[in-house]
Amino acid sequence: MYETQYHRASSVADAAALMEKAEDGKFLAGGQTLIPTMKQRLAAPSDLIDLRNIAEMKGISEEGGAIKIGAATSHYAVASSDVVKRLIPGLAALAGGIGDPAVRHMGTIGGSISNNDPAADYPAALIALGATVVTNQRSLSAEDFFTGMFDTALDEGEIVTAVSFPVPEKSAYSKYPNPASRYAMAGVFVAKGKDGAVKVAVTGAGQGGVFRVEEMENALSSNWSADAVAGISIPADDLLADIHGSAEYRANLVTVMAKRAVAAA
Amino acid sequence: MTTVSMTLNGKKVSANVEDRTLLVHYIREAQNLTGTHVGCDTSQCGACVVHVNGEAVKSCSMLAVQADGAEVTTVEGLANGTELHPVQAAFREHHGLQCGFCTPGMIMTAVDMIRRHGAHLDEKTIRHELEGNICRCTGYHNIVKAIKAAADQMAAMKTAAE
Amino acid sequence: MGVQGIGARALRKEDKRFITGKGRYTDDMTLPRMTYASFVRSPHAHAKIVSIDASAALEMPGVDAVLTGEQLVGDGIGNLICGWMIHSKDGTPMKMGAWRALEPETVRFVGQAVAVVIADTQGQARDAAEAVLVEYEELPAAVTSTDALKEGAPQLHPEAPGNLIYDWDIGDEAATNAAFDAAAKVVEMDVVNNRLAPNPMEPRAAVADYDTAEEHYTLYTTSQNPHVARLVLSAFYNVAPEHKLRVIAPDVGGGFGSKIFIYPEEIVALWASKRVGRPVKWVSDRTEAFLTDAHGRDHVSHAELALDADNKITGFRVKTVANLGAYMSLFSSSVPTYLYATLLSGQYDIPNIHCNVKAVYTNTTPVDAYRGAGRPEATFLVERMMETAARQVGMSPAEFRRKNFIRSFPHQTPVIMCYDAGDYDATLDAALKAIDYDGFPARKAEAARRGKLRGMGLSCYIEACGIAPSAAVGSLGAGVGLWESAEVRVNPVGSIEVLTGSHSHGQGHETTFAQLISERFGVDTDTVSIVHGDTDKVQFGMGTYGSRSGAVGMSAIVKALDKVEAKAKKIAAHLMEASEGDIQIEGGELKVAGTDKKLTFTEVALAAYTAHNLPEGMEPGLKEGAFYDPTNFTFPAGTYACEVEVDPETGKTEIVNFVAADDFGKIINPMIVEGQVHGGIAQGVGQALLESVAYDETGQLLTASYMDYAMPRADDLPSYTLLTTETICPGNPLGMKGCGEAGAIGSPPAVINAITDAINNNDLAMPATPQRVWLASRAALAQAAE
Repeated sequence: MYETQYHRASSVADAAALMEKAEDGKFLAGGQTLIPTMKQRLAAPSDLIDLRNIAEMKGISEEGGAIKIGAATSHYAVASSDVVKRLIPGLAALAGGIGDPAVRHMGTIGGSISNNDPAADYPAALIALGATVVTNQRSLSAEDFFTGMFDTALDEGEIVTAVSFPVPEKSAYSKYPNPASRYAMAGVFVAKGKDGAVKVAVTGAGQGGVFRVEEMENALSSNWSADAVAGISIPADDLLADIHGSAEYRANLVTVMAKRAVAAA
Repeated sequence: MTTVSMTLNGKKVSANVEDRTLLVHYIREAQNLTGTHVGCDTSQCGACVVHVNGEAVKSCSMLAVQADGAEVTTVEGLANGTELHPVQAAFREHHGLQCGFCTPGMIMTAVDMIRRHGAHLDEKTIRHELEGNICRCTGYHNIVKAIKAAADQMAAMKTAAE
Repeated sequence: MGVQGIGARALRKEDKRFITGKGRYTDDMTLPRMTYASFVRSPHAHAKIVSIDASAALEMPGVDAVLTGEQLVGDGIGNLICGWMIHSKDGTPMKMGAWRALEPETVRFVGQAVAVVIADTQGQARDAAEAVLVEYEELPAAVTSTDALKEGAPQLHPEAPGNLIYDWDIGDEAATNAAFDAAAKVVEMDVVNNRLAPNPMEPRAAVADYDTAEEHYTLYTTSQNPHVARLVLSAFYNVAPEHKLRVIAPDVGGGFGSKIFIYPEEIVALWASKRVGRPVKWVSDRTEAFLTDAHGRDHVSHAELALDADNKITGFRVKTVANLGAYMSLFSSSVPTYLYATLLSGQYDIPNIHCNVKAVYTNTTPVDAYRGAGRPEATFLVERMMETAARQVGMSPAEFRRKNFIRSFPHQTPVIMCYDAGDYDATLDAALKAIDYDGFPARKAEAARRGKLRGMGLSCYIEACGIAPSAAVGSLGAGVGLWESAEVRVNPVGSIEVLTGSHSHGQGHETTFAQLISERFGVDTDTVSIVHGDTDKVQFGMGTYGSRSGAVGMSAIVKALDKVEAKAKKIAAHLMEASEGDIQIEGGELKVAGTDKKLTFTEVALAAYTAHNLPEGMEPGLKEGAFYDPTNFTFPAGTYACEVEVDPETGKTEIVNFVAADDFGKIINPMIVEGQVHGGIAQGVGQALLESVAYDETGQLLTASYMDYAMPRADDLPSYTLLTTETICPGNPLGMKGCGEAGAIGSPPAVINAITDAINNNDLAMPATPQRVWLASRAALAQAAE
C-alpha cells in the first residue's frame, strides 16, 4: 500500500469539508474493497476520509411504507435487523450473503453501492425494489444512480447518506457464487411492489453492471411463478465471461436464479 | 505518522505508525503479538481475524487508525489466564488444527459465530459461516466438529449458570 | 498426559502453543537491525532483459541496496539445481537450463526475480522495488506443454532443443505392444491432470542473518527439510560452507511438498544479508506464492488398456507429456518418472506395462512435487481407466476391479515396484459396505424424482511411500540418499529428548513420536520432547515429505531406542546383580523377571550419568543415535467411494457421501491419521472440483489470488467416513506404511468417476467446475435425445 493520510469524519458536513481539502481523496466506508485494492497498489488516494463513525449515517428505520438504511450501516446490521427481516426478508437475506461474516461486520451499504462492483449484490436489490439513494446533495432513483460498471451518478465529493427501500409485497434474491471469489456470477433479485409492479434485476452477469430483464418482469406480472420465467433466456452478448463462466453459462444462471428467487419470494 | 491507541486484550496500548499500517501489522509488529497471521492479500483466508469492539473482522482489511480507540481482542487475549476458552479447548480435543497457521483466525471466527448463533449451530450453518476462513490441512472436518462441540458446551454452561 | 502408547488417540502436545497464538513461525522472527527484502519480478513470461536502472530506487528513503543477477553471479552464487538425474531412452542425460536466483539475461516466467531491494521497512522496500526500472525485449512464449513441443515453438533454453528435457521410457515396449496385438478389446482415453498451486496457508518466508565476526550465517526459513536446505545452499549455491550455515525451520504452516525445495528467495536473503551487513527478512505475499511456489501435476496423457475375452487386463500403454515449467526445480525430474510411472500397475495384476514420458519446458512457474507427487497422476489415470473400461465392457466397476486385483504378495510389477503386502479386497469390501453400494440404484432413483443426478464413483489407489532405499534411488538417479536419522537422549533425571531429522509442519510429530517412547519405556509422554528443525541441534536428516516420517523417521527412532534399551538393561542388570536377559522394561521401570527387584527408568538414567557404578568398560551416559535406511518402499492402498448429486440446472456438484477405506499398516495415533486423511481428501476433492492454475496464451497467470484460484472452503466439502484395514508392512520395525498423501491420491478419480456416472458422460476434465459439468451434462442429454 502507498502511504496515505487518514481522517475520521465526525459528520457528513465534516466529511465533505475534508474531501474538499484533499488533493486526491477517497471516502472510506467499510473498506472491504478499498483497503484490499490499496494493498494491491491499484489505488493510491492521498487522503482517506472515514465515514464509518458518522452517527447520522447509521441505523435502520421504517418510514412511511419504506425502510431507510443509513449508508454507514453494516451488512451484518441489515441482515440481522428485525425490521428488515419482517418487511423485506429478501433484502435481509441478500445482506446476510455478502462476503463472509467478518466482511459483513465491516462492509456498508453505502460503500457497496458507491463502488458499484458489477458482481456486488446490493445493486440488484436497489434496482428491483425501486430504492431511492439519498446523498448529501440530492435524492435520486436507483436507476439513475447506477450508471455502469464501477460507475455511479455521484459527483465529486458527493456522499451517499442513506438508501430508502419501498416495502414490496414480496421479494427474494438468489445468487450463484463464483467458486473462487464467492462474488455473484449471477444474482437475481425479483420484487413485486405493493402496486403490483414487478422488477427483475440481475447482478454479477452484465458487462455494464446491474440490469433489468423486462421479458421476465412482463411474464411475472401476469403469472408470478417460477414456471413463468423458466423458459426465458437472456441473450449472452452483453454478459461477462471469464475463466469461471462463459457468457452463455451466465445467461443460463440468470434464468435459473430468477426461477429460484421467484420460488423463494 | 499517527499515534494509534486502543485497548488490546484488555490492556491500553499505543504506538506511532504510518497511516497505511494495517491493523494486523500494528498488532504483530507494533505490539509484538504474532498469533494473528497473514495468509492472503485479498481478505479471503481469514488467518487475520480478530475482534474489534466485539465483532470478528479481518485485520488485514482494516487500517490500524480505523481501530483507534477501539477494544481489540486477538487469540492471545482469549484464554482466562491459564484456563483455555472453550473454543480453544475444543479445537485441541477434536484435532481441529494441524499446522496451526489458520488456527487463530479460525478460533476467533468460531467464537464470534457462537456469540451470534448460540447453541443453534448445525454442521451446515458452521460450514457456511466459515466461508471467510481457509484451512489447507484439516479438510475442515474436525474444525466443524470442534466448533459444534464448543457451541454445545457453551450453551450447556450458560444453562447451568442460569 | 500419562502413558500413551501405540494406538492411543493422544491429544497433540503441540496444540497448546498454536491455539493460544504462541506458535513461532518464520515471519514472527524479528532480529535487531533487521532489513526487508522486496523482489523485482518479471511481468513477462519470456523476455530478454535489456537494462536494469536502480538509480531512482537507490535514492528512496530507507533503501540499503538494490541487488541484481549480475552482482549475484559476480559473487559466485551458483545456479539452482535439480537433484535427480533422469536419462532419456537414448541414454542421454536430461537437458538442464541454467536457473539463477536473480536472472541477469532472460526471464522465462511471470514472477521470476530479476532484482531485490533491501530497505529498512517492508513498505519502503516495496515502494523502491516499483521504482527499479527494467527494460525488457519481449519474446514469444510457450505456455502449454503441447505448444512447447510443436515445431517452431519458442525456445526456452539453448541446452534443451525443442524444449524437451527428457524422453524417458519404462517397461517392456515390445511385450506390451504384443499384448495389444493379441487383445480381445482395447479401451483408449485421454487424461489431463490439472496444474495446482499448493497453497500452504503460511506463505514462504526467510530471515537471514550474517555474523561478520564469525563469518557464519543463520537462516530461519519455511522448510520441510532444513538439513537438505543447508546441504544444497552450501554444496551448490556456494552461499557458505556447511559448518558456517545454520538453518532453522521453526513452526512451519503447512508444506504439501512446496517447502521441500530451495528457492531463489532464500538464497538471495542469505547473500544479501552479507552484502548489507544486516539481517534480511523476506515474506512472500499470496500473489508471490502463486507466481513462485512450485506448482504441482500438469500432465497430458493418452492411455490404452488391453483386455482378453474374459475382461482380464493383459496390457497397459501410456504416453505422458509432463510440463515442468520454465526451470527444473529440485526434485521435478523424478515426479513424472519414478514417482509416477512406477505406480501404473495400480492394485492390478497387469503383465505388460509400457510408459513413455516427455518432460517439457514452458514459460510457466516451475512444477515439482505437490502432495502425492506423481502418484496422484498415476492413480487418476489408472482409476479413470478402470472405471471407463468397466463401463465399456458392461461390468460393474467394483467387479471389474476385483477381477483384476493382485492377490499374492510379494508382487513384482512390470514397472520396478515390488509390492510387499496388501489386501485390496478388504478395503474394497469395507468401502462398498460403508457407502451401501447395493442401495445406490434406489438412491439414484429418489434423487431423480427431486430433479438431481446422482452418481457413484470408486477409486482403488495404491501409493509408494516411505521413500526410500538409498541405494535403490541412487541407482535411479537420485542425488541424495533417503534414509533418516534419530538420536535419543535420556537425561540424568530420566526425561527424554528425541532428535529427529524429520520435520513437523502440521503432522503432529511431537505427539506421535513421543507415543513411541511412551510405548517402549512406559513413561509419561510429558517427559518426552521431540526436537526437530534446527541443523545446530539435530544431526543430519532428510526431512518430511512422501509420507516418510513414520515409516522412515520413526524406524530410525526405533533403532536408537533399541540401543538405549540395551544399554539401560545392561546398567540395570549390573545394579541389581541380575542377568541382562532377565531385565524387562514395563511401566517406566526396569524389573528383574520373576523377582520384586526393580529400578525406575530415572534411577537407571541417573546411574548412567553419575557413572559411579557401571559395568566394567562401559562409557557413561545414556544417549544413542541411529540411521535407518529403508529396505523397500511401503505400499499404502485403499478404496475410496464417492457419491455425488449434480444439479443439472447449474452443474453444481455436491458430494453427499464420501468413504475412505485405507490400509496404512500399523497406526500410531488414529486421531492424527484421520486428520491427515481428511486434509488429503480435501486437497484431492479440491483438484477434482475446484482448483486449477490458469495462464492466458501469453503466459500471464490468471489465477494469482484467491479471487480466481478456487480454494476448497468448508461449505464445498462434506464430512467423511473413514475406515481402516490392516496388513502389516514387513519392511520396517513398526509395520507402518504412511498416511500423509493417500487422501490426495485416492480421491480425485473417485469424484470424477461419480460425476461422470451421474451425468452419463465420461468426457469430463478436472476441475469439474459447475460450468464444465453443466456443459457435459447437456451434451449427454443432447446425445441421448438423438
